[in-house]
Amino acid sequence: MNDLMSVVDWSRAQFALTAMYHWLFVPLTLGISVIVAVMETMYYRTRSEKWLALTKFWMLLLGINFAVGVATGIILEFEFGSNWSNYSWFVGDIFGAPLAIEGLLAFFMESTFIAVMFFGWKKVSPGFHLASTWLTAIGASLSALWILVANGWMQYPVGMEFDPAQMRNVMDDFWAVALSPVAIHKFFHSVFSGWALAGVFVMGVSCWFLYKGRNKAMAIRSIKVGGCVGMAGMLLTMWSGDSSALDVARVQPMKLAAMEGLYNGKCGQEIVAFGILNPDKTPENDADPYLMDISIPKGLSFLATHDFNAFVPGINDLIDGIELTENGDTIRKESYAERMAIGRKAHEALRAFDAASACGDSAAMATAAADLKANYRYFGYGYLNSPYEAVPPVALTFYSFHTMVILGGYLLALFAVMLWVVYRRREWLGKRWLQWAGMVSIPIVWVCSQAGWVTAEVGRQPWIIQDIMPCSAAISDISADTVQTTFWMFAVVFTAFLAAEIGIMLKQIAKGSKTDYDSLKD
Amino acid sequence: MNNNSPTKEKKSLPARIADLYIDGFRQMTVGRSLWALIIIKVLVLFGVFKLLFFPDVLKSRYDNDADRAQAVRHELVGRE
Repeated sequence: MNDLMSVVDWSRAQFALTAMYHWLFVPLTLGISVIVAVMETMYYRTRSEKWLALTKFWMLLLGINFAVGVATGIILEFEFGSNWSNYSWFVGDIFGAPLAIEGLLAFFMESTFIAVMFFGWKKVSPGFHLASTWLTAIGASLSALWILVANGWMQYPVGMEFDPAQMRNVMDDFWAVALSPVAIHKFFHSVFSGWALAGVFVMGVSCWFLYKGRNKAMAIRSIKVGGCVGMAGMLLTMWSGDSSALDVARVQPMKLAAMEGLYNGKCGQEIVAFGILNPDKTPENDADPYLMDISIPKGLSFLATHDFNAFVPGINDLIDGIELTENGDTIRKESYAERMAIGRKAHEALRAFDAASACGDSAAMATAAADLKANYRYFGYGYLNSPYEAVPPVALTFYSFHTMVILGGYLLALFAVMLWVVYRRREWLGKRWLQWAGMVSIPIVWVCSQAGWVTAEVGRQPWIIQDIMPCSAAISDISADTVQTTFWMFAVVFTAFLAAEIGIMLKQIAKGSKTDYDSLKD
Repeated sequence: MNNNSPTKEKKSLPARIADLYIDGFRQMTVGRSLWALIIIKVLVLFGVFKLLFFPDVLKSRYDNDADRAQAVRHELVGRE
């Protein structure tokens, strides 16, 4: 068991490392491709040399980011087949279909239109070039859609039926999977957060231009476009985050409770704006969950249900089976202890199916399959030894969620200030504190973006598929040493690639800052 | 390629697409370093990691889907 948990822990760490590394590049591609498209649209409408130069400068940074980020996601697929083979088999075509669509889309749309975008300036008409730039941006988002459909299914498994003969979940409703509200809200939240991230990146680099006193007019235009796209992205991220919060409250209430460090819920539940958790608190003791907290009255009830007075269940309530319905009403479902018993019945039925299958007894197989189907909804709980094992790491979920929200609030204010300054108080652009705020915000926006994913993925533990499969069942029968070795190899190789990207990007930014854009014709 | 020149015969669509890529690759500046980076990365990922460290466990251990399903069934009922 210890070795199994070690394989699980190292495999989770490896997946987290590779996914977080991949997510360094993806949001910048999603957002900066839109910013470049907006700039090229301005060039198309005005035929201004300045807009053309600006478009080409940011397009080059998009190209660098795309080149370094490309294929980093493929490592995750290696890990599915090697480390998570039980899971890979178990999910069957539900996971395979969206990933295959994503692969085809990414290959055909992105490789075709990116080539036109970079190579086609003098080869195709300006209109066709502009269309290619927009289609690159749209193609990148569509690729993300299918990945997030697959991820959304893991958080809210719908549109399938489990077949014990194949040992696979078979998709019986493609549209339920593709249009799952969890997937759609996650898609919008991720894509729009990419716009905000790229907006901060563009503003930050432009602030460095201003700090160095180079290409002021170019920097101002960039701040305008980056700021507007980023502000739109931030507002839409907040809107889609609100929808995601409603989803989490309904389909993953334990994640919501962990995000807030909430053990015992109540009506009109406050939300913690800032807090420090009590490290001694567990679901099994009565200690105060917080060492200190600043809370907004009734905030969590509103976030979870859009009703200030609604009941929000905490960790202990959920363990007792108290949850919210789709309408935000409180309902008593099976307690986690009861779910564990139901899960074990499902396991027993699977064993009976296996035995019946071995001796070719069709009637017994049908009976076992029916028993399994009746108890399958809590299949994963059968692996738990205690209801408390269904509680995710509260501290990491709480702090990552609050980091995301606090930094998101800061970035919203940054966009507001930058846009106000660039449109109303342009002389303030010479102030050092503003330039530093723009530059320092570049790493901050990445921390914010990564914190969002940590919340989403750590908060759903121990499940790899919500309620159906915990990570401990999904893992392959392999040794922890192999995973540990490749973890460190990845860490070294990824650091080298990241250093190469940052080096190339900084060199091009410095080169761009020395090019005289401001003397070009408008 | 000059599409407006009356003396030059207009190339076919596949030839123009090939030109786009060939000329594009020829005229790359920063792109050369990026392509070098991409090629090194793909070689490391597929030639080292995939080949040596990331076999498809079920495909490498079992010959057919029925055996793979059986193996996963035994794994899942034996993990409690």
